[in-house]
Amino acid sequence: METKEWVKTASVDKFPANAGACVLVNGEQIAVFNFAEENRWYATQNQCPHKGEMAISRGLTGDSNGTPKVACPFHKKSFSLEDGTCLTDEDYELKTYPVKIEDGFVYIEIE
Amino acid sequence: MKKKIILIGNGMTGFRFCEKFVESGMSADHELLVFGEENTPAYDRVHLTSFYTGTTADELLLAPANWYADNQITLKSGDRIAAINRNEKKVISEHGHSYSYDILVLATGSSAFVPPIQGVDKKGIFVYRTFDDILAIKKYIPKATKAAVIGGGLLGLEAAKAVMDDGLKTSIIEFAPRLMPRQLDELGASMLRHKLESFDLEVLLNKSTEKILGNGKITGMQFTDGSVLETDLLVISAGIKPRDELARSCDLEVHPRGGIVVNSKMGTADESIFAIGECVVVHGMVWGLVAPCYEMAEVLIANLRNGQREFLGFDLSSKLKLIGTDVASFGHALSEPHHGRTIVYENKSRGVYKRLNVSLDGKYLLGGILVGDAEEYNLLKQIVNNKIKLPENPEDLILGSRGGGGAGISVSDLPDEAVICSCENISKKTILNAVEIDGAESVPLIKKCTKSGTGCGGCVPMLDDLLTFSMKSRGKEVRKVICEHFSYTRQELFDLIKVDEIKTYPELLKKYGTGYGCEVCKPVTASLLASIWNEVVAKHDTIQDTNDRFLANIQQRGLYSVVPRMPAGEITPEKLIVIGEVARKYDLYTKITGGQRIDMFGARVDLLPDIWEELIDAGFESGHAYGKALRTVKSCVGSTWCRFGMDDSVSFAVEIEERYKGIRAPHKIKGGVSGCVRECAEARSKDFGVIATEKGWNLFVCGNGGANPRHADLLASDLDKETVIKYIDRFIMFYIKTAEPLTRTAKWLGSMEGGLGHLRDVVVNDSLGIGEKLEADLQKLVETYQCEWKEVVNNPELRKKYRHFVNSEETDSNIKFVALRDQKMPAK
Ligand code: SRM
Ligand SMILES: Cc1cc2nc3c(=O)[nH]c(=O)nc-3n(C[C@H](O)[C@H](O)[C@H](O)COP(=O)(O)OP(=O)(O)OC[C@H]3O[C@@H](n4cnc5c(N)ncnc54)[C@H](O)[C@@H]3O)c2cc1C
Ligand code: SF4
Ligand code: FES
Repeated sequence: METKEWVKTASVDKFPANAGACVLVNGEQIAVFNFAEENRWYATQNQCPHKGEMAISRGLTGDSNGTPKVACPFHKKSFSLEDGTCLTDEDYELKTYPVKIEDGFVYIEIE
Repeated sequence: MKKKIILIGNGMTGFRFCEKFVESGMSADHELLVFGEENTPAYDRVHLTSFYTGTTADELLLAPANWYADNQITLKSGDRIAAINRNEKKVISEHGHSYSYDILVLATGSSAFVPPIQGVDKKGIFVYRTFDDILAIKKYIPKATKAAVIGGGLLGLEAAKAVMDDGLKTSIIEFAPRLMPRQLDELGASMLRHKLESFDLEVLLNKSTEKILGNGKITGMQFTDGSVLETDLLVISAGIKPRDELARSCDLEVHPRGGIVVNSKMGTADESIFAIGECVVVHGMVWGLVAPCYEMAEVLIANLRNGQREFLGFDLSSKLKLIGTDVASFGHALSEPHHGRTIVYENKSRGVYKRLNVSLDGKYLLGGILVGDAEEYNLLKQIVNNKIKLPENPEDLILGSRGGGGAGISVSDLPDEAVICSCENISKKTILNAVEIDGAESVPLIKKCTKSGTGCGGCVPMLDDLLTFSMKSRGKEVRKVICEHFSYTRQELFDLIKVDEIKTYPELLKKYGTGYGCEVCKPVTASLLASIWNEVVAKHDTIQDTNDRFLANIQQRGLYSVVPRMPAGEITPEKLIVIGEVARKYDLYTKITGGQRIDMFGARVDLLPDIWEELIDAGFESGHAYGKALRTVKSCVGSTWCRFGMDDSVSFAVEIEERYKGIRAPHKIKGGVSGCVRECAEARSKDFGVIATEKGWNLFVCGNGGANPRHADLLASDLDKETVIKYIDRFIMFYIKTAEPLTRTAKWLGSMEGGLGHLRDVVVNDSLGIGEKLEADLQKLVETYQCEWKEVVNNPELRKKYRHFVNSEETDSNIKFVALRDQKMPAK
């Protein structure tokens, strides 16, 4: 059976604007990104599927033709933050997680 | 009912067949079942050596495993076909299953030819053809100290270089009296030989191996001339042997020298069976390059769809990859004297040899050879293939643009049908259409739009030439715009930031860009802001590349390295002790770098500020090893101690390093100062190098080590120190203002109109009248320097950014170490 829960992570001010940070949720490393102008938030696994480095949260964010994305700092593979697909190399994919902001805290929904 | 096609062989040709099958829409009325003996789906065998040097198998796959199923193709990898039953139209797999076909395609490729030498089955002897071969060699390497390669042809040389780069002393053994006998003539081969010997590859010619020595495993080789070579690893690359065993066993015709015989439509005598690729003989020969094999796959697909295409032969021009020097041959490279005249250019000191074979009437180019410098390869090949009429002085084609004139043949002279990309078979017209009709006004867009340049990559320079030609002919400027978010060049952004006094990335994006930016324009802007305003980079941390975001180089497992500055490589015993103590306390791996200083590796991100705090307390500063900034100014010991020293190179190197430290540029900058022409500081491999003479200092610029080494050129001689500094000031600032992003000075000079002459005019003769301005701008950067690590260490807000989790004090459990020679390294 699958159970999902919203987990409270840290207060909004702990996260940099227009960049990523990593949180530990039930033992899992999750990268959280904030597109500050529109207050949009995204979350993905922190591990890069390319070489397994725990690094996605340290990547540069931006967009490719309007799709919000992050580029892994190691070898610059970039991933859509909307659905985790790899934009530079079809073989890879990132798991994404729903994020919500409540009372100034960032929550992530995880299984 | 759908017709059943069975394809045996999932190599490069087999894959191209699958790809064309999908593109042609044949799957509507055909089923395709593919058998591949290897365990992985088809991969890029042409770049097998990059698998040797670390590219992963996944990265070399021509398509991911699920591609086949997604396109209604059934792929059985690791499943060899053992027999063909022509009467029942069935194939039988190694596992005993049988499958029936309506159409059977053989694309079984070839295997490495292993000559019948006595003892060739001993351990330590390998071929170089598949992933498995490479894995086996890699596994054996640690047991070996000395390697040999049989075969001095294209593949043998590639294999030899790879094994040598893996740390083994390597010998190449060639049966013929010269290297690459099929591509090169005597002079070209001997030039290549000297070049290889200068890399420490031993070349043994006229050698025929009689037997392999050793008890169970190879220890040496004995040649027919009685000589013996000790070696404990041998790679055999003596040619290829078409895999025609299946065809033989079912009585299809094979060539006396091997290879399945097919007609120009790729058919065998059995009208249900076809064969393509390296396993066939067509027009009397085996075509051992990928482009003709691809052409065969395309011809066959067309014919299966009722076309009437024929394989008419193919250009066998080839360029040697990866050997560290250019080698190419094209057209009729070795044509006999009575067929034409030859023009030869030889420059022994530069290791360059070029030969052109011109028709007797002097009108056409028949072929040629290039060793040491193959820049003109693409164009010359086109001139041959398209029978373009030669200019009056064909020698200009290889002597380069004397006085800037060139030989008068350029991409514009090629006919529309000229095949520019032979891997993908893309013509000049298709490329120009992409540029002019589809608006693909950059090389990456052309690649995306046409697929040209995505195979071996050899045609990419020509794509660039075609782009420039097309843009110029339409009165358009080729502007290297930064990325999709800014349609400005780096130089334009530099001016905009300066004139509008823009201080942050969001300001710039809002005013001149679109979207949210990306990993290209963010670091470029960060670099520009630093070069113009010189504020601490930590202020703009979220637009920096990782290394600049955390002011340290990211390494395996997301660890970081710590490199304090040691100007000119000079360090006091007290400071050495501090380094030792800090490294011991934080358990860091220490190593002397190639830049004459000490690197401490393996620091967790959260410890960086603590480590730097201790270093700064002891008087150290950031070494900017992570920045596109001045790295080191290497020195030699110079006249203070050295008996040959003309001047005090260490003091001058310290002065120069202190002056330019921290300055951000389009790419990293390195310097060197040597005390005399013996050049122990290797200054001529640096962006700027200074060498003491009897009368002062010589200044060299635009050298480079790295992937494309280049010796620096002399900019001015016998200068006093003040003038050296003045010129370097101008040089660096001119570079900062005008270079493309991530372009080292060597490459920048390479694409500068007017070349070194122009650079000298600007820097030495101040032809643009901007000398003083450049000096003033640089002086401002010198005056506003601050150690960025000091800034972080003393600022609690900035320090907080150095942690792995924002919601936990835990550290990254992914980081683990193992022991390494009394120190440690990250666990894999
Ligand atoms: C530590 C060091 C190797 C060593 O143990 O000796 C080193 C390490 C790295 N080099 Fe280097 N290079 C080091 C000396 C050199 C040298 C030798 C020299 O400077 O005399 C060269 C050739 C000279 C030159 O640059 O022209 C060199 C040419 C490169 C290149 C190729 C540059 C090129 O133009 O082709 C790269 C890749 C790049 O910058 O894009 C590179 C990139 C790198 C990076 C930064 C790769 C990366 O981005 O992670 C490595 C960081 C490792 C780490 O974890 O810290 N490193 N690298 C040396 C540090 C010198 C220092 O004290 O700062
Ligand atoms: C190191 C190296 C470098 C090279 N460099 C270049 C270069 O720079 N330029 C260039 O043009 N060419 C180069 N080549 C040559 C190029 O790789 C070949 O021309 C090309 O791979 C031929 O494709 P193919 O599909 O015909 O054969 P292959 O790629 O050999 O594929 C045949 C496949 O069929 C499989 N097979 C055979 N028999 C059976 C069976 N009975 N059942 C099932 N499967 C079977 C084999 O296992 C193999 O996987 C290079 C080759 C090597 C090894
Ligand atoms: S230190 Fe330099 S040469 Fe060595 S692996 Fe890293 S980038 Fe390559
Ligand atoms: S580890 Fe992320 S791109 Fe290579």
